[in-house]
Amino acid sequence: MSGGAEPRRPVVPDLAFEDRMATVEFRVAEKAHIVVDSDICRSCTTKACVTACPANLFVPTADGGVLFNYEQCFECGTCYLVCNSEGALTWEYPLGGHGVVMRSS
Amino acid sequence: MAEAFDVVVVGAGPAGSAAALVAARGGLRVCLLERGPFPGSKNMYGGVTYGRVLDDLVPRWWDEAPVQRWVTRRSTMIATGSQSVTVEVQSEAWGAPPYNGATMFRSEFDQWLAGKAEAAGAVLVTGTTATGLRRDGLGRVTGIETDRPDGAVEAKLVIACDGVNSFLAKEAGLYANFSSEHFTLGAKEVLHLGKEEVDRRFGLVDRQGLDIEIVGLTQGIPGGAFLYTNLESVSVGVVVSVEALGRSGVRPEELIAGVKRHPSVAPYLRGADLMEYSAHVIPEGGFDTMPKLATDGLLVAGDAGAFCLAAGVFLEGVNFAIGSGRAAGETAVAAVAAGDTSTLGLAAYEQSMARSFVLADHKKMRRAPEIILSERMQLQYPGLLCDVAEQLFTVTNPTPKPGLLRLLRRGRRRHGIPLAGLVKDGYVGWRTFG
Repeated sequence: MSGGAEPRRPVVPDLAFEDRMATVEFRVAEKAHIVVDSDICRSCTTKACVTACPANLFVPTADGGVLFNYEQCFECGTCYLVCNSEGALTWEYPLGGHGVVMRSS
Repeated sequence: MAEAFDVVVVGAGPAGSAAALVAARGGLRVCLLERGPFPGSKNMYGGVTYGRVLDDLVPRWWDEAPVQRWVTRRSTMIATGSQSVTVEVQSEAWGAPPYNGATMFRSEFDQWLAGKAEAAGAVLVTGTTATGLRRDGLGRVTGIETDRPDGAVEAKLVIACDGVNSFLAKEAGLYANFSSEHFTLGAKEVLHLGKEEVDRRFGLVDRQGLDIEIVGLTQGIPGGAFLYTNLESVSVGVVVSVEALGRSGVRPEELIAGVKRHPSVAPYLRGADLMEYSAHVIPEGGFDTMPKLATDGLLVAGDAGAFCLAAGVFLEGVNFAIGSGRAAGETAVAAVAAGDTSTLGLAAYEQSMARSFVLADHKKMRRAPEIILSERMQLQYPGLLCDVAEQLFTVTNPTPKPGLLRLLRRGRRRHGIPLAGLVKDGYVGWRTFG
């Protein structure tokens, strides 16, 4: 019997991530609504945003920082909630009428 | 300068549209502000809308609301990686007026409800983001700033229905005990199958629908999973603690993939194509994590006020949004008529909700979030229940049947659950749900 506490075992999704994001409409604003201060991120040991962002927009860089791309953002707020480095994230909603547009959810 | 509006409602989700509808019907001049290109464009959810709260707001709403399917089968599945135990409630009554729960797409439902507010006289302004509060010298809220040129909107009252991140409620200082521990992330895939295939795979006809809520399939990260039917598609996803997710090293789409791979789920989804992936944060902390709901010139409703019941077997949000929005609209009508939108003049808001399900359900189930998200409920109990059920129905001839009590004792030991803990959880559970 294999019941009981299951070890965490990441399952590889059946779809490439860019194909997943291609199902979502984004009306990209010219100005980024989230700004990441990579200098502050360099001292962050957890980088929880890299794991938790559902759009996978936070990419760790070779120098220990974080590269962020605002264009395919769900505007959910997960990143600022899990961020434990004061000042690393500047977060606001995109310009009205821009950003994510969900239709079948 | 005299205000052009009595009330400005920020956010045309279910809370905002209900507030605007009630306030406009009460004769107020109402501005309903939405940052998306249309109401619902920023919104998604993990499932089911319970419409009883709409009955007297929109009589016979079920004849016109954009419903995907009526939930006639409601399942709760307790699972481990390789087992599951499911309790399903099926009701013919739920498939006929006045119905019970419905699956919907928020882009459709939120637009429909905002249309009701417009028809009642509210002015819907889309594509406009509220960027802050306007206040007078005494700190009283007198309107909002927006991102339009000269976009300030003055009003006697602001109703903040600006969602789970509510920057307006935070700016007003209403979130004294804000903590990221009170929030979960919902991530979802909508998978296309076609109506016939949904009907065939799930055993449904016409507009009948199935909703399965799942505990135990989030790989130890506190939360849950779901699978439910839309008309031509199915929605599958997870809801997990944001903090635990961040610590886990497992990404949201991997969690969904784990749910989809489970032997109790996979056969339903074979060959289905992804229509839309989406995500949203949910305020799941319950009653004790709610902000202050009113201050001079400002009311807070919907997700902005943490009106979202995530209590294990009960998972409801849209109805609480509508219920709180409605109470805010009614309070606005009375307060504007009385010429008093101060904190004191708005006291009826919380009082009326305390008398109805909106706050009463939350208060009764205030301990539910901690129970549901506890490690025992997430890992140990699913394992115990699945093992006991599996062994109960595993015929071990020629060994005689062990009996339920022995199985329970064996399972408890195997999963390291002390009897005292079981009794305590049982007691708290009874106090919460009984």
